[in-house]
Amino acid sequence: MNSTENLVRIAQLSCGAEYSGIQKEIDSAAKQVNAVIVYPEVDIKEIENIEEEFGLKVASADLKLMMSRAKSIVTGKVHVDAVFVATCFRCAEAAIVRSEVRRYIHEKTGIPVISYSFTERTTAGTLLTRMEALTTTARRKSLLARETQSGLTAGIDSGSTTTKAVVMKDNKIIGKGWVPTIKVLESADEAYNAALKEAGVKREDIQALGTTGYGRFLIGEHFKADLIQEEITVNSKGAVYLADKQKGPATVLDIGGMDNKAISVMDGIPGMFTMGGICAGASGRFLEMTAKRLGVEITELGALALKGSHKKVVMNSYCIVFGIQSLVNSLSAGSKPEDVAAAACHSVAEQLFEQQLQEIDVKEPVIMCGGTSLIEGLPRAVEELLKVKVIVPENAQLIGAVGAALLASGFIRG
Amino acid sequence: MKIFIYPTNSLILSDLVARFGHEPLAIMQEISKKIKTGGLDSPPLNITPEDPKFGLKYAAVEVPSGVRGRMSLFDPLLTQAGAAIIVRDPVISFGCMGCARTNELVNFLIRAKKIPMLELDYPVSEEDAREFVFRISEFLKSLKPAEEKE
Repeated sequence: MNSTENLVRIAQLSCGAEYSGIQKEIDSAAKQVNAVIVYPEVDIKEIENIEEEFGLKVASADLKLMMSRAKSIVTGKVHVDAVFVATCFRCAEAAIVRSEVRRYIHEKTGIPVISYSFTERTTAGTLLTRMEALTTTARRKSLLARETQSGLTAGIDSGSTTTKAVVMKDNKIIGKGWVPTIKVLESADEAYNAALKEAGVKREDIQALGTTGYGRFLIGEHFKADLIQEEITVNSKGAVYLADKQKGPATVLDIGGMDNKAISVMDGIPGMFTMGGICAGASGRFLEMTAKRLGVEITELGALALKGSHKKVVMNSYCIVFGIQSLVNSLSAGSKPEDVAAAACHSVAEQLFEQQLQEIDVKEPVIMCGGTSLIEGLPRAVEELLKVKVIVPENAQLIGAVGAALLASGFIRG
Repeated sequence: MKIFIYPTNSLILSDLVARFGHEPLAIMQEISKKIKTGGLDSPPLNITPEDPKFGLKYAAVEVPSGVRGRMSLFDPLLTQAGAAIIVRDPVISFGCMGCARTNELVNFLIRAKKIPMLELDYPVSEEDAREFVFRISEFLKSLKPAEEKE
């Protein structure tokens, strides 16, 4: 994030944020990405008529106000660069309006829009990556349109579980590093050195470096990176690049170690996206724990899952604690490890499907990436649920690092 | 007498109650207290994440935080109410708290208090409006004025 970058005007369409005590957190997250929150003004008559015009009848007046504000953006009465749609978590009426308002703005204007359901525990930190992705999409359209990597660049993705690094030269990956994240800086050093070694180049030869992932700021500052960017835009770019699907629509799914991302992409640029997962039960962490309990390496879990059937084991990892409990119970009841492995993959895919994919438009091709996509049982479970072919590109675990190296090449001078 | 009004931010109802010598219990006074007391830590209403937790007095944790945050504002009004006027299906410009679930809960709680109460529909014609004001005035006249309560 750079405070000298253009100020981005984000329209906030919300219900309940001020009464939940989190408006300050929203404002703070926006400020950190050099954005300002604005509230599109509407006439009271417009609020009274909006249900008929929008076609959705709701009981709460603040939701009518949300729809009216969306209309004033779509009709061009107010100019904004991005839209943040937020409502209370667990409010069914608001969830319907939130989803439709987001779709309406996205389809009618192409303005980047994100939605979020909050509780009183929502913090600026939770919102930061989303706000950063929103402003990046609004601000760096020309950089995000970049389709090829040029020169000698590197990318480091400091994830919650593993740190990945790549060195790229003239649109090809020439060096890779992939290590567990233990100490953020040391792990980044280790992964970067491994990539440099494989590429046969020195650190000072690198013309531009990009960082992404949870540790992006720390490592970005440490390595004096040219680009420090959140993983939504970077991963989208990396995914469509690796899958060679840069033009047209695509859906990028990344089940990470700590959270999941589902991104609806057009020409490599994120449109709608969701980021989250109610519990670690919907993340790679649950699969890691499953592998440990089954006594196999995480790298073997996917192949094991392909031999089993999820239908033979009842498992629900909505909560990681209950997920592990049902895993232990099923093993105690004599279930085969391969069926348990398949059930664990199915359960994680189901959480992704139920909690996140309902909120975005799933358009083919569906590209799965991140380390979990290499657990073969998982893409298969997603395929079964979505009834579409899922693409897992080569080097899928490196998408963040590849996206960062690709985008960083836009910073090469001369 | 302290009269709870619904919609709780209706200026017209608040004014009518005051004209008949009673004290309106309106949400504006609670918001005003929040804004005028101490620093403005959490603009615009100075509601902090602690307020929705206070709202747990009225609604469980699975109820949206926006409902619970609003309920924390309503608490003093519900507690103090000696009588109530509820206007059904008002237009937004008459007064509005934004959240239908909160409205339902507030209306339920005030009815459950078994205090003198007038419930009437929002008027849609001039004739209805006259009847509306008349009924409210008769109701207010039937209650003990605020100063006589002490």
